[in-house]
Amino acid sequence: MGNILVFLEQADRRLRPAALSAISLSRAIHKASGGKLLFVLIGDSVGDAAKEAAQFGADGVLTVEAPALKHYLAETYAPIVARIAKEQGATTIAGCATSVGKDLLPRVAGILDAGVAPDVSGVVSAKQFRRAVNAGNALQTIEVLSDVVVVSGRQTDFPRAAASGGSSPVTAVAAGAIDAKGAEFVELQTQKRDRPDLTEARVVVSGGRGMKEGKNFAILEQLCDLLGGALGASRAACDAGMVPNDLQVGQTGKVVAPDLYIAVAISGAIQHLAGMKGSKVIVAINKDAEAPIFQVADYGLVTTWEKAIPELLAEIKKIKSAS
Amino acid sequence: MKILVTAKRIPDPTQKLKLKDNALDFSGANWQLNQFDEYSVEAALRLTEDGANTAVRHGQVTVASLGPADVATQLRSALAMGADKAIRVDAKDDELDASIVAKTLAKLVEREKPELVLMGKLAADNEGNDVGQRLAAILGWPQATFACSIQVVDGGKAVLVGREVDAGVEVKKVQLPAVVTVDLRIVSPHAVKSGRTKPEFAYAEGPRYATLKGIRAANTKPFEQLTFAQLGVTAKATTKVLKVEMPPARQAGKKVGSVAELVEKLQKEAKVI
Ligand SMILES: Cc1cc2nc3c(=O)[nH]c(=O)nc-3n(C[C@H](O)[C@H](O)[C@H](O)COP(=O)(O)OP(=O)(O)OC[C@H]3O[C@@H](n4cnc5c(N)ncnc54)[C@H](O)[C@@H]3O)c2cc1C
Ligand SMILES: Nc1ncnc2c1ncn2[C@@H]1O[C@H](COP(=O)(O)O)[C@@H](O)[C@H]1O
Repeated sequence: MGNILVFLEQADRRLRPAALSAISLSRAIHKASGGKLLFVLIGDSVGDAAKEAAQFGADGVLTVEAPALKHYLAETYAPIVARIAKEQGATTIAGCATSVGKDLLPRVAGILDAGVAPDVSGVVSAKQFRRAVNAGNALQTIEVLSDVVVVSGRQTDFPRAAASGGSSPVTAVAAGAIDAKGAEFVELQTQKRDRPDLTEARVVVSGGRGMKEGKNFAILEQLCDLLGGALGASRAACDAGMVPNDLQVGQTGKVVAPDLYIAVAISGAIQHLAGMKGSKVIVAINKDAEAPIFQVADYGLVTTWEKAIPELLAEIKKIKSAS
Repeated sequence: MKILVTAKRIPDPTQKLKLKDNALDFSGANWQLNQFDEYSVEAALRLTEDGANTAVRHGQVTVASLGPADVATQLRSALAMGADKAIRVDAKDDELDASIVAKTLAKLVEREKPELVLMGKLAADNEGNDVGQRLAAILGWPQATFACSIQVVDGGKAVLVGREVDAGVEVKKVQLPAVVTVDLRIVSPHAVKSGRTKPEFAYAEGPRYATLKGIRAANTKPFEQLTFAQLGVTAKATTKVLKVEMPPARQAGKKVGSVAELVEKLQKEAKVI
């Protein structure tokens, strides 16, 4: 096998948590395949993040900087990753299955005519991976047949790598001609939140259609803050405009695997379960005793949220003040 | 606008999966159009009409699928919704991978010359989330994945796409021709702006139902059947599914009688608070 090239996401001069998951994935592959482990960072100013990346025991950290690379675009980033992979003799190209990774890596694979193992949860060998399919109801082992392997890891299945110390050499690589092919970044509409990221949080409290109105989510936010958790939602709650869409948990939303997942007024459709079944402990609060969410819940409480959540807040406050 | 919509059939996601010889057994499957592809048919129709007068189509919507003869059923349902033409490329489901599909679609693009390829972001069965991006790479076209809104701008030369990304919505402008893959919310009332439909016009939520008239018309619309050989596709698979297993089932736990009991369990038994 050849070398491994890992695409690391960075923002605001820091590695993103997703980058640390990508490093975890690449270490697992490296164990199986050997070769050189190389990181690549792309942007307009990635020096600080590259220094951070240099502490993870890679054989090299490559940086590609240009003003035109300030905003991520698949059209400009993919040819750079593909070219560096060739130059460095990489036969594995890895990253994290974030919205950037899922957009970028298949385009890289298309350029190189390589097979992709997308959104994998485990490494069997350098060319074989395990991944969830059919909304998490089946697990497949997929083999990449092409010489070059492109693979993205599911963030919740590859815990953040810890730095191993040392300092890998950091090398600047020329960006070359940049052609956005008629694509242009316009803006990112985002909401700053004080709470932890959904995919990172140790506790997630999600509300569903049964919350009825957006303003009712305030009480779930209180619960989040008490537990240091993040707020999530079902698709129905997002579609109804109760909360922003980026809070959606599920097959088409975020996949989460916290220590504690509290599903409030969520029925438990398979597409929702696909995004939270990996949680360590699941609590369901639903007024319908037949709701499918109870089939995966460790602790189920059949009642309305109007009754349960105020009580829950009071009880948790009690034990927090006692400890 | 001339649009090529891609469509895959998938087994009904609510049906229980069965295994046979380390593979999924589809012998009893009820096939349906992948929901995201149904949404892209809807988006394509909205892009080629005035919402107030859907009887006239401005442009052409062609729906294409790679699959066995049965796929005709799903393609007909897209025609019944209002698409103008269907193409089926004959293939067995299990001989396809993302690379073969993308290369075949690229040949169809050469042949049909659409200005826009609209696809689902994900096939809800194998959950690849990669065919659209691969196709864009092969064609050398720009791509806008995970679209929750599309607006035709620059007199039809470009589209402004809202993309559902991890941090919120990214707005990206792409010149046509381009590949756009759609997310769930592309079928919300104001998601698609064709330029013809009045900006304040609100569509009904979700993909449209086929009318009786639509179903009848579907039988008379052009329906082409092609082979890999006719398209000059010789691609080999780049991935192979070695085996499929059922994930360990999550045991349903207990029902607790009160909030006090729940909190005690979470604290003493599960030790998570
Ligand atoms: C292609 C596709 C992708 C999808 N992806 C996702 C996804 O990523 N994530 C997702 O979540 N869904 C997804 N869905 C939608 C999914 O199928 C369900 O429609 C959705 O999850 C339902 O949301 P819900 O549970 O909030 O609403 P409902 O199913 O309407 O359930 C509401 C629940 O609230 C309970 N309830 C009502 N009032 C109260 C009360 N006062 N107190 C307590 N309980 C109460 C009810 O008993 C009920 O169980 C997808 C669907 C499709 C077709
Ligand atoms: N066999 C197929 N025929 C036509 N289109 C397909 C086929 N397989 C996948 N696609 C398209 O590619 C999209 C993404 O699929 P995937 O990348 O496999 O998740 C789907 O929503 C379809 O639009």
